[in-house]
Amino acid sequence: MTPSHALVARGLCKAYDEVVAVDGLNLEIATGECFGLLGPNGAGKTTTIEICEGLLDRDSGDLEVLGLSWENDGAQLRERLGIQLQDTQLSEKLTVSETLRLFRSFYDRGRDIADVIDVVQLGEKEDARVGTLSGGQKQRLAVACALVGDPDLLFLDEPTTGLDPQSRRQLWTLVEEFKSSGRTILLTTHYMDEAERLCDRVAIVDHGHLIALGKPQDLIDSIGAAHPPPPPKASSATLEDVFVALTGRKLRDE
Amino acid sequence: MSDALAGRTESAAGVRSRDRGFMDRSLVRLTLVRFTEFVRQPEAVFWTFGFPLLLAVGLGVAFRARAPERTRVAVVNTSPAAAAVVSSLKKDSSLIVETLSDSGGARALRTAKIALLVVPLPGGGVRYDYDPQRDESGTARLIVDNAIQAGAGRANSVRVADRKVTEAGSRYIDFVIPGLLGMNLMGSGIWGLGFAIVDSRGKKLLKRFMATPMSRTEYLLSFLLSRLFFLVLEVVTLLGFGALFFGVPLRGSIVALGLICLVSALAFGGLGLLIASRAKTIEGVSGLMNFIMLPMWIFSGVFFASSNFPSVFQPVIQALPLTAVNDALRANMLEGASLASVGGELAIISAWLVVSFVAALKLFRWR
Repeated sequence: MTPSHALVARGLCKAYDEVVAVDGLNLEIATGECFGLLGPNGAGKTTTIEICEGLLDRDSGDLEVLGLSWENDGAQLRERLGIQLQDTQLSEKLTVSETLRLFRSFYDRGRDIADVIDVVQLGEKEDARVGTLSGGQKQRLAVACALVGDPDLLFLDEPTTGLDPQSRRQLWTLVEEFKSSGRTILLTTHYMDEAERLCDRVAIVDHGHLIALGKPQDLIDSIGAAHPPPPPKASSATLEDVFVALTGRKLRDE
Repeated sequence: MSDALAGRTESAAGVRSRDRGFMDRSLVRLTLVRFTEFVRQPEAVFWTFGFPLLLAVGLGVAFRARAPERTRVAVVNTSPAAAAVVSSLKKDSSLIVETLSDSGGARALRTAKIALLVVPLPGGGVRYDYDPQRDESGTARLIVDNAIQAGAGRANSVRVADRKVTEAGSRYIDFVIPGLLGMNLMGSGIWGLGFAIVDSRGKKLLKRFMATPMSRTEYLLSFLLSRLFFLVLEVVTLLGFGALFFGVPLRGSIVALGLICLVSALAFGGLGLLIASRAKTIEGVSGLMNFIMLPMWIFSGVFFASSNFPSVFQPVIQALPLTAVNDALRANMLEGASLASVGGELAIISAWLVVSFVAALKLFRWR
């Protein structure tokens, strides 16, 4: 019944006017996997993830999410996906529980709100207005909104950007627990330690192409000899070294 | 905590939406969110409810019906006949009488402090000094002469009686309250929908909602439903206030009045939706809203009748939604007109309603 792959994309292409954001990308994400999509700014990560979320139309390519297609099964897919966008600002006037209750009302089936508040550890802030929350708390609320529909596939777009170490670790725990229940996660991040710790496999994309794919440790091993890490830092290569070796040192300011 | 996440099996059983309570239906939730967001913005509450009332009070006081003005006259006190003249004049309550010296009287007249100066003459007669080009001096001449002649014993040859008629409905406040109501319906429809939608779009909240199974129709419907609730409050406060404090009449059928308000609110809601259908920033949409609303504040007869404008502009002015709304409201409230007799106005309002909704839904950008 459950397809072996939560997401299969082949030859995904998307261009904005002159700029080609995604250029023939192939992705296969197994059910139960935590998959990391890495890449410098402007590499096409967000475009890719938004195409997979059904928020953007692709120009060409095949896409199957949870064995379904956006063209025919859009409504059914939305019921089963949990989404956290990079830059959503939830309504500041509503409280945490009001926000979750609203999101919960959109789904046919889903989780108990108290349950989700518990998972993201916002119990004490349940009746606080969103406007009074810290950055980390807002981010956890955004993730809670993604969890409230009890999704089979969770998309997290830079969930820990700008968070303090405590908030980051709280989110990591959350992701690990979600994964431990056998469900799938696609996340993007700029933090290589995060990808190393959370992801079963990562894909590094640049200029809309896939340039590396594999288990974090395998990728690290593969460059160990060719690109030795700077001596004073660490004794062994990290995923960050892999990343910089593959995508270069040139700054990518958007 | 891990139990909660691992509790997939229990939660997967889930709760179907039809089993959920009424309060957890998405349309109900969305509408409640509209209310909550509105009442938690005290400034929005003030501009919607407080401001029109303040405006009504200000205009009502500024243009209230005043007691008839009394005319100031003076008598030159150098002659012994002056006392008799003064006592005759004091019998007329519409005069304020003072006595002045020759030169003082002349100066008061010259500086328009008095309307007329009475100079008793040695022979027993009087002379009236006044400027015939001043309206109040002409009136003073008639009143003063009448009082002096009557004081001297002149009898009226025709018996007269006065009946004073001051009718509610013909005062400025009666004109302006329906205008303010129309303006309020327009403002809260356009601002209420426009700002909330553009704000959600700018914050990517619309996009986030698009990633859920939320029904787009229900989302837009929630704005209209909450508008209708606030509409009742707005109409009742403003008209109740007008009736209570200024005795503004409600001569037409209340049901018909309610229907006019309902159609108007929906039409302005549609216009708000249309204005907000593409804009991404509050700044952008504010400009557009002012551009749309300002001409109607001026031309649509809120504070003064739209018929004051030249007849070349009238076809355009009459086609504006606010003109039709104000005309229909005034006809209902002040003339007691039936729904059928404001059919033309209702047709214009309905046309705006349909056109703006269709256009808004076609143009609407969810991202």
